[in-house]
Amino acid sequence: MLKLDLKTAGPFIALVVVFIIGVLVNDAFLSSGNLSNILARSSFIGIAAIGATFVITAGGIDLSVGSMAAFISGCMILLMNALMDTIDSMVAIIILALIASLGIGAVAGLINGLLTTKAKIEAFIVTLGTMGIYRSLVTYMADGGTLSLNFTIGDVYSQVYYGVFLGLPYPVWVFLAVAVIGYVLLNMTVFGRHCFAVGSNESVARYSAINVDRVKTATYMLQGVCVSIATIIYVPRLGSASGQTGILWELEAIAAVIIGGTVLKGGYGRIGGTVVGALILTLIGNILNLTDAVSNYLNGAVQGIIVIVAVYLQRGAWRRD
Amino acid sequence: MSDENTKSLTLSVKNLRKSFGPVEVLHGIDLTLRGGEVHAILGENGAGKSTLVKILSGFEPLTDGELHISDGSGSSQRITLWNNAIAEQAGVVLIHQEFNLAEQLTVAENIFLGNEIKGRFFLDKKTMRTKAQEYLDILRSDIDPDASVAQLPVSAKQMVEIAKAQAKHARVLVLDEPTAVLTQQESQVLFELIDRFRQDGVAIVFISHKLDEIKQIADVITVLRDGELVGSYPALQLSKDDMARLMVGRELNSLFPEMPKVPGEAEVVLRVTDLLLQGNSTPSSFELRRGEVLGFSGLVGSGRTALMETVLGLRKSAKGNSGSVELRGERVDFKQLSAARNKGVAYLTKDRKGSGLLLEKGLVFNFSLFSLHKVSSLLIDTKREEVAFEKAIETFDIRMKDRSIAAGNLSGGNQQKLLLAKILEAEPSLIIIDEPTRGIDIGTKSQIYHFIAQLIASGHSLILISSDITEVIGLSHRVAVMYHGQISGVLEGDEIEEIEIMRYATGLKNKNLEQSGISNAKA
Repeated sequence: MLKLDLKTAGPFIALVVVFIIGVLVNDAFLSSGNLSNILARSSFIGIAAIGATFVITAGGIDLSVGSMAAFISGCMILLMNALMDTIDSMVAIIILALIASLGIGAVAGLINGLLTTKAKIEAFIVTLGTMGIYRSLVTYMADGGTLSLNFTIGDVYSQVYYGVFLGLPYPVWVFLAVAVIGYVLLNMTVFGRHCFAVGSNESVARYSAINVDRVKTATYMLQGVCVSIATIIYVPRLGSASGQTGILWELEAIAAVIIGGTVLKGGYGRIGGTVVGALILTLIGNILNLTDAVSNYLNGAVQGIIVIVAVYLQRGAWRRD
Repeated sequence: MSDENTKSLTLSVKNLRKSFGPVEVLHGIDLTLRGGEVHAILGENGAGKSTLVKILSGFEPLTDGELHISDGSGSSQRITLWNNAIAEQAGVVLIHQEFNLAEQLTVAENIFLGNEIKGRFFLDKKTMRTKAQEYLDILRSDIDPDASVAQLPVSAKQMVEIAKAQAKHARVLVLDEPTAVLTQQESQVLFELIDRFRQDGVAIVFISHKLDEIKQIADVITVLRDGELVGSYPALQLSKDDMARLMVGRELNSLFPEMPKVPGEAEVVLRVTDLLLQGNSTPSSFELRRGEVLGFSGLVGSGRTALMETVLGLRKSAKGNSGSVELRGERVDFKQLSAARNKGVAYLTKDRKGSGLLLEKGLVFNFSLFSLHKVSSLLIDTKREEVAFEKAIETFDIRMKDRSIAAGNLSGGNQQKLLLAKILEAEPSLIIIDEPTRGIDIGTKSQIYHFIAQLIASGHSLILISSDITEVIGLSHRVAVMYHGQISGVLEGDEIEEIEIMRYATGLKNKNLEQSGISNAKA
């Protein structure tokens, strides 16, 4: 029992440790401005990672997350700029863009899902392919440069990123909402149970009257919708999109999922762990910014070490059972 | 069979004890394996047979006790260090219940896996291939040494395992339930082979739940019960009844329960007409009535599972299939198992570990997976789920050390009862069960037969696929026999007997041909 608790609590303990390091490194770390910044920044990766938790739990993998985010950003900006001429209400334009964003995310996920289930191509290959496609499309749409959001809309839309409710930025609330919904969906519904079963053993799932293809496709669609939500709160932050947008998001999302204790080969997933994983990754970046002891350029290296150590510890706990 | 085997070996253990953590599972076993003897080890599931043979072959360390080896010279040597490598060096080879073959490699490569013959720098593939062919010839097997193991049927895979044991010059050959996956004919081939090994002075350890086989082949029988040694007996002294009694430790009630008769006017629940299976040219038709057990007999690979899985939507029917499936008079075409389940049809897979249970998941998780819709609206009602599980533990007498264990840690018999509970929780009225007692001890077997009788008594209908002919005969009202993907005959009443079933199963008799013969004559 104690071992099990240690396994569940591991990511939380790591979060506390990283947090204490942050406190020790720089006084500015604890300032409310810095803390809410950390939370807001972790929400992009966090929301995408919640989608990835479903995909990975059901035994899949989605590498197209980052380029999908870039592609959706590009589409949203082009759409909003285009609608400027026909629609007067800024709010209406933004709402249309949000709907379009969610639609594109869902369809992109559907495509990944159908290619893995119906065309029976490995998820790694399918999403490697779509990753290249979306990345290239956004570069093409931007003509190799940058797509910028019209300033008038940008001003209104920026509220979504910079607005504050009860002392916390909106993105944090969105993150929280997605996490709660994700938690309920994964742990308390038939669909969540089916994700575990499919990731654990597809054949058993099939013989248990589970529509394996539908479950897997649904996880990719969820991933697409999560990417779209992350993009919706990300676009107003920069107000632009280019071939460089969202680079490596997929790997950070997968890292957050794994640090959180979800098993990469599927069958076991934890939303709470994923949220903690996203926070840890963002905290590390933030701490490296605040200290001179380690160069900020080594951010990726530190994150990499954390992922490897996290998995090593999990496997150790696994074997002792 | 080969000169390396001529020196016979005696392997004995004294007061062998084995513990997993604090739990002792073998409590002081004495056993002597002699060259030229077939030594059967008998016991219910969980009696400790597999653990014992794993220790004998060095796959598990022993916790306490002595191990002695003597070769022909008569001097016995106490062995202090024993592991798999040393055991194989000494000629003790275990063939696992689940085969240990590299599926992607060829037969020859498998035979010499870990035991490769090397030239100066590289593997000597040519010699290995020639040698592999020799070994297979000695076994009188026509398996191609260049065939990829993945493509071989189970019986051939077993043959490869035996050839592999030969390549290791086995002098003690341990076979853990070798016939569980074989048809009766294939088993007979194996027995001839075992007999030749015996004549060559090899000591054979043979585990099986099939008392007939043990009667046929064993020289010595050792019975285990709950990790205790009941005793070792010369096989001639024990009748099959004695064996069952020693194993269970109590008198057995009759193995097969009284089956309720099918009422004459019972409606047809399932009517399959001219269903064409993939890769087949002859369509299949059969009927199942309410309150009936329809047995499906046939050799392994005769298409029984394929037929049922096609009916259930787990497999696609052949292109151009014009047949139909009617459930209670209504035409159905299941594309998904969930569609069949929603119409009150359930399927118990024969592959308990690969398709039946999620071995690393908990018991409740497994139990409710097939019937989650029953305890869920928007969210899963875990309280109702628990209550249903508690009830099922009672009903199906599922025994476990602790509720929190994973399904894979249940004994085989209890896994099977959990699987049965899982599919019956969906409250099906038509149940298709595939090899329900494979690799299961006689006590649990009898329990499962009684569950089946209860289901029938309460108006369920059942299709029973089984390679165990006694089981099919003991439980079925009618028996359909399959041969090469078609139903060669449906037997009723006095026709249901072993020899007759075998005639249809092996193609000696075929009702389709008889009928077409008659109609041809008429035309």
